[in-house]
Amino acid sequence: MAKVKMTVNGRQVGAECEDRTLLVHFLRENLALTGTHVGCDTTQCGACVVHMDGRSVKSCTILAAQAAGSTILTIEGLASGGEMHPVQAAFKANHGLQCGFCTPGMVMTAVDMIRRHGANLDEATVRAELDGNICRCTGYHNIVKSILAAAAEMGGVQQAAE
Amino acid sequence: MGVEGIGASVARKEDKRFLTGKGRYTDDMSVPGMKYAFFVRSPYAHAKIKSIDMSAAKDMPGVIGILEGKQLQADAIGNIICGWMIHSRDGSPMKMGAWRPLAHETVRYVGDAVAIVVADSLGEARDAAEAVVVEYDVLPAVTEAVKALEAGQPQLHPEAPNNLIFDWQLGDGDAADKAIAEAAHVTEMTIRNNRLAPNPMEPRATLGIYDSAEDHYTCYTTSQNPHVARLVMSAFYNVAPENKLRVIAPDVGGGFGSKIYIYPEEIVCLWASKKTGVPVKWTCDRTEAFLTDAHGRDHVSTVKMAFDKDNRITGLKVDTIANLGAYMSLFSSAVPTYLYATLLSGQYAIPAIHANVRTVYTNTVPVDAYRGAGRPEATYLLERTIETAARELGVSPAELRRKNFIRTFPYQTPVIMTYDAGDYEASLEAAMAASDWNGFAARKAEAARRGMKRGIGMSCYIEACGIAPSAAVGSLGAGVGLWESAEVRVNAVGTIEVMTGSHSHGQGHETTFAQLIADRFGIPIDNVNIVHGDTDKVQMGMGTYGSRSGAVGMSAVVKALDKVEAKAKKIAAHLMEADESDIVIENGELKVAGTDKVLPWFQVALAAYTAHNLPPGMEPGLKEGAFYDPSNFTFPAGCYICEVEIDPETGTTEIVQFVAADDFGNIINPMIVEGQVHGGIAQGIGQALLENVHYDPQNGQLITASYMDYAMPRADDLPSFKLSHQNTPCPSNPLGIKGCGEAGAIGSPPALINAITDAIGNNNLTMPATPQKVWSAINAVN
Repeated sequence: MAKVKMTVNGRQVGAECEDRTLLVHFLRENLALTGTHVGCDTTQCGACVVHMDGRSVKSCTILAAQAAGSTILTIEGLASGGEMHPVQAAFKANHGLQCGFCTPGMVMTAVDMIRRHGANLDEATVRAELDGNICRCTGYHNIVKSILAAAAEMGGVQQAAE
Repeated sequence: MGVEGIGASVARKEDKRFLTGKGRYTDDMSVPGMKYAFFVRSPYAHAKIKSIDMSAAKDMPGVIGILEGKQLQADAIGNIICGWMIHSRDGSPMKMGAWRPLAHETVRYVGDAVAIVVADSLGEARDAAEAVVVEYDVLPAVTEAVKALEAGQPQLHPEAPNNLIFDWQLGDGDAADKAIAEAAHVTEMTIRNNRLAPNPMEPRATLGIYDSAEDHYTCYTTSQNPHVARLVMSAFYNVAPENKLRVIAPDVGGGFGSKIYIYPEEIVCLWASKKTGVPVKWTCDRTEAFLTDAHGRDHVSTVKMAFDKDNRITGLKVDTIANLGAYMSLFSSAVPTYLYATLLSGQYAIPAIHANVRTVYTNTVPVDAYRGAGRPEATYLLERTIETAARELGVSPAELRRKNFIRTFPYQTPVIMTYDAGDYEASLEAAMAASDWNGFAARKAEAARRGMKRGIGMSCYIEACGIAPSAAVGSLGAGVGLWESAEVRVNAVGTIEVMTGSHSHGQGHETTFAQLIADRFGIPIDNVNIVHGDTDKVQMGMGTYGSRSGAVGMSAVVKALDKVEAKAKKIAAHLMEADESDIVIENGELKVAGTDKVLPWFQVALAAYTAHNLPPGMEPGLKEGAFYDPSNFTFPAGCYICEVEIDPETGTTEIVQFVAADDFGNIINPMIVEGQVHGGIAQGIGQALLENVHYDPQNGQLITASYMDYAMPRADDLPSFKLSHQNTPCPSNPLGIKGCGEAGAIGSPPALINAITDAIGNNNLTMPATPQKVWSAINAVN
């Protein structure tokens, strides 16, 4: 057992956990942040994607101890002040989710994708970038549409600010 | 249509909780004192259990209890049942072998549960499970159904000689034989329908809570039909009487059929909670899901399709062997029979049809309904065969289908079904126009100049949904009725709760069901709550599968709304001193037609509950329930066209366009319906191109037990889809709905394989059409 401390969604947190505890289980079991999901055992499905120090990572493939001292953003921390993040809003507007299980990982992946590519995203890039996120409900059609819509909107906002 | 009424693409009410991480799935549930379960499972496909030694495991850190099958049997927990009786052609009942929730004599597939370990943490439970020593006497295994029927093969159940569960037939064999004998042309094929793992992204989970003070059980579970789970666990598994058992299916992360059934884990965790005195949570990992979730498909068929000299189909004869795995799952017997052979007429007028279906035990996980359930198998068989016939006859595949379309309704097929409405030509034409069918030759030539092989294929599917008229399915062997229930509860302030027996696990019922109320009363959907998935809150209902929630579940809501509307109008007429027949409801108001008299909806609701001034003799309150039992199946149909480009160097298939033209009857929310079609097509493309469950035929080990080995469709495997809708409203239900949940998975596989075989000029290709198979097929003809 070890005490692991990190910053999650802007709060300093710490908890005792077994050395083998994965970050995803630390978030779900120790911090009761159950929005981050586990959909596989082999780092394939991406339901567990969170941001660690600003980059998307699969929280099922990092030990909680490895994340000690880092800054984690989970799906619960993405919206601000009750207002959904533009990517969340785009998923709702474009029906980019059905059962909702892969959705937190999809959204966190999409936010990172848009951060890296900006408004230059195209369909082929989005589809290639989603290689590590599996959805069984949507056939990806509306997920791709949601991400492109969010990228256009967020890119537009950036341009307006410049 | 209002902005939130029937036909409006309303954004979903439930989305915000899923998008902000506030969804509540079974594994998210936590209760005081809760402990974790891990199952000891058979590593062998077929073995006798000689001994189970728990002595070392019991002393491991954190272990609270380890329980095995003998104790389960001593406590009179029942065997797992199949709920649909099928009789063989000789009149004998199907041969049901015993399926014990925890095996204690024989294990029959890799993953068969043997014991449960309950411990303080999941890690400790897992560690202790590894320390449970089970001694096995390993037996030979058989995984393929065709082989399992042969002489000298391993025998799974003493009740079923030669592993044969039943040998069933439907239709007129003599008439089909005569048509084939007299035919101008007969197309013959052997068709394999590959075995699939459903793979909802949320793995199965359950939390069993026994309350000793009340002698009461609560079961959180990943179910598509919590009431059916309660009924079966109470009536057959002897877990607890229904009034002592609450089943809650909270947010459920996809089902696709695999969460219909009541699995060993729900039963065992409830029982273990009582035995150990702690709440017990079990969550499946993905490999465990591959090993233990019911699989789908796995048919091998031979087919003969007879044509007269004018290319009209005169007869069809089908012989199918279906793999049902090691045990008979809940609806496993219905899938390759009444959900399969009854659809073998397709969209075509075929005067003589005969199907023979043999179902077989093998040392694999049970096979049951997976998205489409029997209808994809029928559609793949028919649409591959008619496409092949068109090639053999040298006619256009579209023209051959067109010539044989059923055009007058109602139409009685020779295989039970009475099609009520349809316009198959309309979907065919829409799909051909959307795909620019006539421009294909030019595109093919252009691709050939780039060294690529381009092909086009179509599929005209029909399915039977709206499952199902209770008396009809009862006469065919079903152990349950397949009606649906609803209760509409108008609160005193005019807001509304709808309790529905349907269950939403991605379908968006919280929005679409609310749209019915918005449409009827002009109340915003934000003022309507849809309550589902909890046997304590909702009256008995039958759940969601077989594309039934719209056609059956919503029809129950409509019936309840009729009663609410009638009572509300009586109250309004009384209050406004008008005739009941003059009251109209619009935009949240009850008005006296042709006057300026008006009452807001909430005032009528309030009047119902204050009961100060109701019509003489009227009971207070505004709450009505209804049960709806459909009078017929519904028959969604459509035409899918797929165009592919294949690189002959690598055998890689790229889907360059995919067009779907579907007739679902009336549509409540087009955005959600399109989402259902997208997802269904993706699963169909998965079956045709990527997915295949593979067991090692020598030892029965599951080779494809993770996402590293089982090829799930990913975003870059798929194109965007072009959809359109045609509409012949269903005449048998009040909303004219047919259902849309399974069509995509039913219609797409043959379109894809027809396209690939067209491109490569070799019809000898099985699903999934992997690059290796396609490359080999190309080189086999070169």
